[in-house]
Amino acid sequence: MTKKTITPTINGEPKELLVDQRITLLDMLRDELHLTGAKEGCGNGNCGACTVHLDGLSVDSCLVLAVETTGRSVTTIEGLAKGGALDPVQAAFLNNSGMQCGICTPGFIMATKALLAKKPNPTEHEIRTSLAGNLCRCTGYDKIVRSVLALTKD
Amino acid sequence: MTTTEKQPALIGQRIAKVDGLERVTGQAAYGADIHLSGMLHGKLLHSPHAHAVIKGIDTAAALKLPGVMAIITAADFPELTQEAAISGSSEYSIGAANLRRLWMAHEKALFSGHPVAAVAATDPYIAEQALALIKVDYDVLPWVKDIDDAIQPSATLIHEDLFTHTLGELPKKASNVAQHVEIGNGDIEAAFRDSDVVIENEYRTQRVHQGYIEPQASTAQVDPSGHVTVWTTIQGVHWARFDLASILNIPLGKLRVVPMEIGGAFGGKVYPTLEALCILLSKKSGRPVKMVLSREEVLRMTGPTSGSIVKIKTGCKKDGTLTAFDAKIWMDSGAFPGSPVAGATLAGFSVYQFKAFHIDGYDVLTNKVRVQAYRGPGAPQACFAMEQQIDLMAAKIGMNPLAMRIKNISKEGDPMTHGRPHVKIGFTEVLERVKAHPAWTSPINGPWRGRGMACGMWMGGTGNSSAHLTVNGDGSVSVVVGSVDLTGTRTSLAQIAADEFRIPLEKVLVTVGDTDQTGYTDTSGGSRITYSMGTAVHRACVEAVEKLKGVVAAQLKVPVADITYQNGIFKASNGQSLTFEQAARTSMRRGDGPVTAVGAVRRLKHAPTFGAHVADVEVDPETGKVTLLNYTIFQDVGRAVNPTQVEGQMQGGAAQGIGWALFEDYVYDEKGNIRNASLLDYRMPTALDLPMIGAEIIEVPAGDGPFGVRGCGEVPIVPPIATIANAIANATGVRIKETPFTPERVFWALRKAGKA
Amino acid sequence: MKTFDYASPATLQEALGLLGRFTGDARPLAGGTDLIAQIQERRREPDVVLDIKRIPECMRLSLEKDGLHIGAAVTCSALIAHPAVRERFSILAQVASLIGSVQIQNRAGLGGNLCNAAPSADGIPGLICLNAQAVIAGPKGRRVVAVEEFCIGPGKTVLGRDELLVELLVPEPPAHSAGSYLRFIPRAEMDIAVAGAGSFVTLDPKSNRCKEARIALAAVAPTVVRARAAEQSLTGQPLTTSAIERAGDLAMQAASPISDVRGSKEYRLELARVLTRRTLADCAKQLGISL
Ligand SMILES: Cc1cc2nc3c(=O)[nH]c(=O)nc-3n(C[C@H](O)[C@H](O)[C@H](O)COP(=O)(O)OP(=O)(O)OC[C@H]3O[C@@H](n4cnc5c(N)ncnc54)[C@H](O)[C@@H]3O)c2cc1C
Ligand code: FES
Ligand code: FES
Repeated sequence: MTKKTITPTINGEPKELLVDQRITLLDMLRDELHLTGAKEGCGNGNCGACTVHLDGLSVDSCLVLAVETTGRSVTTIEGLAKGGALDPVQAAFLNNSGMQCGICTPGFIMATKALLAKKPNPTEHEIRTSLAGNLCRCTGYDKIVRSVLALTKD
Repeated sequence: MTTTEKQPALIGQRIAKVDGLERVTGQAAYGADIHLSGMLHGKLLHSPHAHAVIKGIDTAAALKLPGVMAIITAADFPELTQEAAISGSSEYSIGAANLRRLWMAHEKALFSGHPVAAVAATDPYIAEQALALIKVDYDVLPWVKDIDDAIQPSATLIHEDLFTHTLGELPKKASNVAQHVEIGNGDIEAAFRDSDVVIENEYRTQRVHQGYIEPQASTAQVDPSGHVTVWTTIQGVHWARFDLASILNIPLGKLRVVPMEIGGAFGGKVYPTLEALCILLSKKSGRPVKMVLSREEVLRMTGPTSGSIVKIKTGCKKDGTLTAFDAKIWMDSGAFPGSPVAGATLAGFSVYQFKAFHIDGYDVLTNKVRVQAYRGPGAPQACFAMEQQIDLMAAKIGMNPLAMRIKNISKEGDPMTHGRPHVKIGFTEVLERVKAHPAWTSPINGPWRGRGMACGMWMGGTGNSSAHLTVNGDGSVSVVVGSVDLTGTRTSLAQIAADEFRIPLEKVLVTVGDTDQTGYTDTSGGSRITYSMGTAVHRACVEAVEKLKGVVAAQLKVPVADITYQNGIFKASNGQSLTFEQAARTSMRRGDGPVTAVGAVRRLKHAPTFGAHVADVEVDPETGKVTLLNYTIFQDVGRAVNPTQVEGQMQGGAAQGIGWALFEDYVYDEKGNIRNASLLDYRMPTALDLPMIGAEIIEVPAGDGPFGVRGCGEVPIVPPIATIANAIANATGVRIKETPFTPERVFWALRKAGKA
Repeated sequence: MKTFDYASPATLQEALGLLGRFTGDARPLAGGTDLIAQIQERRREPDVVLDIKRIPECMRLSLEKDGLHIGAAVTCSALIAHPAVRERFSILAQVASLIGSVQIQNRAGLGGNLCNAAPSADGIPGLICLNAQAVIAGPKGRRVVAVEEFCIGPGKTVLGRDELLVELLVPEPPAHSAGSYLRFIPRAEMDIAVAGAGSFVTLDPKSNRCKEARIALAAVAPTVVRARAAEQSLTGQPLTTSAIERAGDLAMQAASPISDVRGSKEYRLELARVLTRRTLADCAKQLGISL
């Protein structure tokens, strides 16, 4: 039997899904649930474009099996804006032009969100270290780092 | 009731991206984000050999696998029509015959990774299983590894029927050199004799990939009547339509190319890659087919920029006056002709004025994937050589390297290498800014630290553009363009329109349309959109204002000539007036129809851009590792329509150049397979590898185009490699003449010089 | 990709039972940062993927009398966040924060790092420096193997097909000791080590000389290796610049690297020396010795 029923919570909604045991969380989000905000840039943990939160921690969803998510909660970029209002991290990237083509943006926003939950006032160096698992080829990171700095208190 | 209070100018404002919202919420739909009902998944079978005759392909077993709906090979391509064979989509085209062979190997596989067959199946795992069942009978040939290999007289021939294209006598023997360009001016022998210093060196750069984060992705649907729709991530939908239509023999009117949001391109998505294969699979299976490349495939079968060898001799006088240079450039184009050797000879060598010069450029074929454009194609490789030579000569005569540059820069009216004069350029202003800036003047503290600079230019793109504009009944404006937005051009075009009408930015909606909805527009590339499409939009705005004047004149019952338009208000000389919004409403009410306008641009003059970069580095003498401490870009952008976006272009381009300098490289095994085809080992800079990148905008308006704008996206990648090489030399006294400057390469260079 | 079955047993008993029953290739899954990547890239084709993250023993992270117990699936992030680890086993927090990105550290752990048995594994030198033991469970009960002896070649370990790594047991470092790990990569983060070195020094507080030194090198041999000659050269000696220099030179003797995509043999030898010196200097600094 190649398929298995799983019961994760996705963006707050309990789900019951029958999935091929081989597929990754990223494939499940994109192909089964059509939540295409998480992107595949490399498929092996090196670009961070697929970053989502698994039980509140940032992970590369290309390196998680869908079947691992039973009983766990997954948050994607689509789950950040609440009641029509942008999450502050989304607003910061928008207002500080922390993006160009935008393919890396959902991953950066999810990584930033996780960083700020752990450390509300990171230094520039801490920001760069924490975002080293997210590649951006368009911006040179300058405006991304500034978007995150704009969210710190000092 | 008026909404058009006096609007501030929008040109030059830092406006957040008008299409940023869908990007921060994950709603923007990129190439791979499309799902059609009944859609099949396509996968490619790649040649494991760098050079091999394909004797036969047996797909019988694979076709029997349940779930496999179609398999195609080269045999499924229609014969090339006479017309397609001679025309390409543009002067830059690779040509229909070669493009087709690049998409799928025909008689021979020409590089490791070259597609030889494609499968469409109901799920990706079945497609993959089917690939394993396809039997390809290869006759493996020796492969041509690199430029040195390719130009040997005894070299294996990649194409038996390729003869060097040259202005001189046509060769009788086939060769791996596709083209030889030769340009020059003045008596270089005499100029060298007249020099106080003559320095000769050889510089090498490796192939590097554009590195867009979004792998190529296409979906095609062929309906029973033969209408074809392709959703794809490509820089130009009209070019793509032309290429696909001519090669697949589909009437243009039956082929619709729909642009998806594009997740980075940088020149690497100019040509179609998967589109034709998806179309053929869809035609055969009767179902929509989607294909998405893996990162490994992106690195194996999509085009990087050329590796190069530059042998160069330069001379100067004791007072710093440049006398002569003699350069030979070889550029590796991969399996088909088309390296950017022309870009190298022009943009790479027109930065300074020499009394005499001579350049030989060679387009060289190897058994590697064919190169594609990459920001400022050809210029960084030439700049890498020239800018190090300038530093070397400056050191030899004891002159400040910036002073030496200032003394010899090209100015308006000076000839470029092809003989035509430079138009109005801002190079002097750029270097004056460097001279006074702390990035250049501040002291460098600490051992093993150094500072370097380098300059570069890019011609700027022009090309065809067309825009359609509608003035809506509520005073808003819709603009539809056929140019894909790579860099934020929706925002800059909206700024241009809103500025011209003096209406709020929110009132302008810019849409990127598909080939059925838009007029012919060349590809987005060469930094041409804000410049050329900006002009088209501007022209449409001017036309719309003229038409609205007619509406207003009729309404106020005065002659048209009596109406002026200023600050969002139409005024008659008798004092009556209508706002833009009132005029728009009137246009719908009066029955003389909606106001629409078209702006079309054929070709503008080039508006070249110059940049100078300054970097501070620290070198660890025990490991060879180079750390970038500071980086500042100085660039003439003509007029920054949106300074934030302009800075973003400058910083992004420089970051790519820094990756080129420090990390990026392809490693091949002895059979021609890429050994580092992943983002773990194809190392692009992370946030931690870069400092904040200073972006100093200089504005010397260009002669043509709207508001003096110059294309700003190409030139930032030109100077970084040379800048960092010069900084390393300044820090260590050792010159690195080959990219990338990996720790290991730097370490051994230091060791050889007795410094490590 | 071959199909496989996924199981996530809730107890060690159940896991061992499953392992015993399967005939094909059953791969334990901890954080999956090696395993899932290997499966995706078709480098491994298991029949069964056995998730160990519901097994309490594999998730345990606690400091007991006999030392620090690190369950086989405890993540790098959990290690970094643990105050006792940061204070008393700082070399482990140091290596955990080197492995991959934050996203990787939220999944990957030292157990997986060890079982994957890469010559370049950043986690292993630190464990060897601290004299860690691997606790293995199998059908015949438990056995304990020194981490140093756990890997027997690239990707090869002493584990039998029906055995599981349960946890790592790390004895509390003695007083007057310090450890440090450094690896060399071209970028600042996100690379596999070209070479790595871990050093651990215990001082005799009376003489201020080295009572014991342990040095382990990564990516310079088929497995992580001890640099014994270098260690011995330090025993009984004060930690001085010249002693450190000599130890660095001797570390090269333990190295037998190969040339590959990431670096040449000769360069790796140089790095082994430099990194050994630098980690020893860092130990000295932590011990309050000025060089
Ligand atoms: C982007 C990226 C960056 C990385 N950077 C680094 C780095 O800097 N340094 C480094 O050392 N590594 C690095 N790695 C490799 C990897 O993350 C580490 O080796 C990690 O520690 C593995 O832990 P894991 O829990 O994910 O292991 P898994 O992938 O779950 O397992 C690894 C192997 O061990 C086996 N295994 C796991 N648990 C057990 C058990 N209890 N009993 C028996 N066998 C078991 C698995 O079957 C598998 O073969 C990187 C990986 C990626 C994708
Ligand atoms: S796609 Fe998951 S890290 Fe790149
Ligand atoms: S904005 Fe394009 S990759 Fe980051």
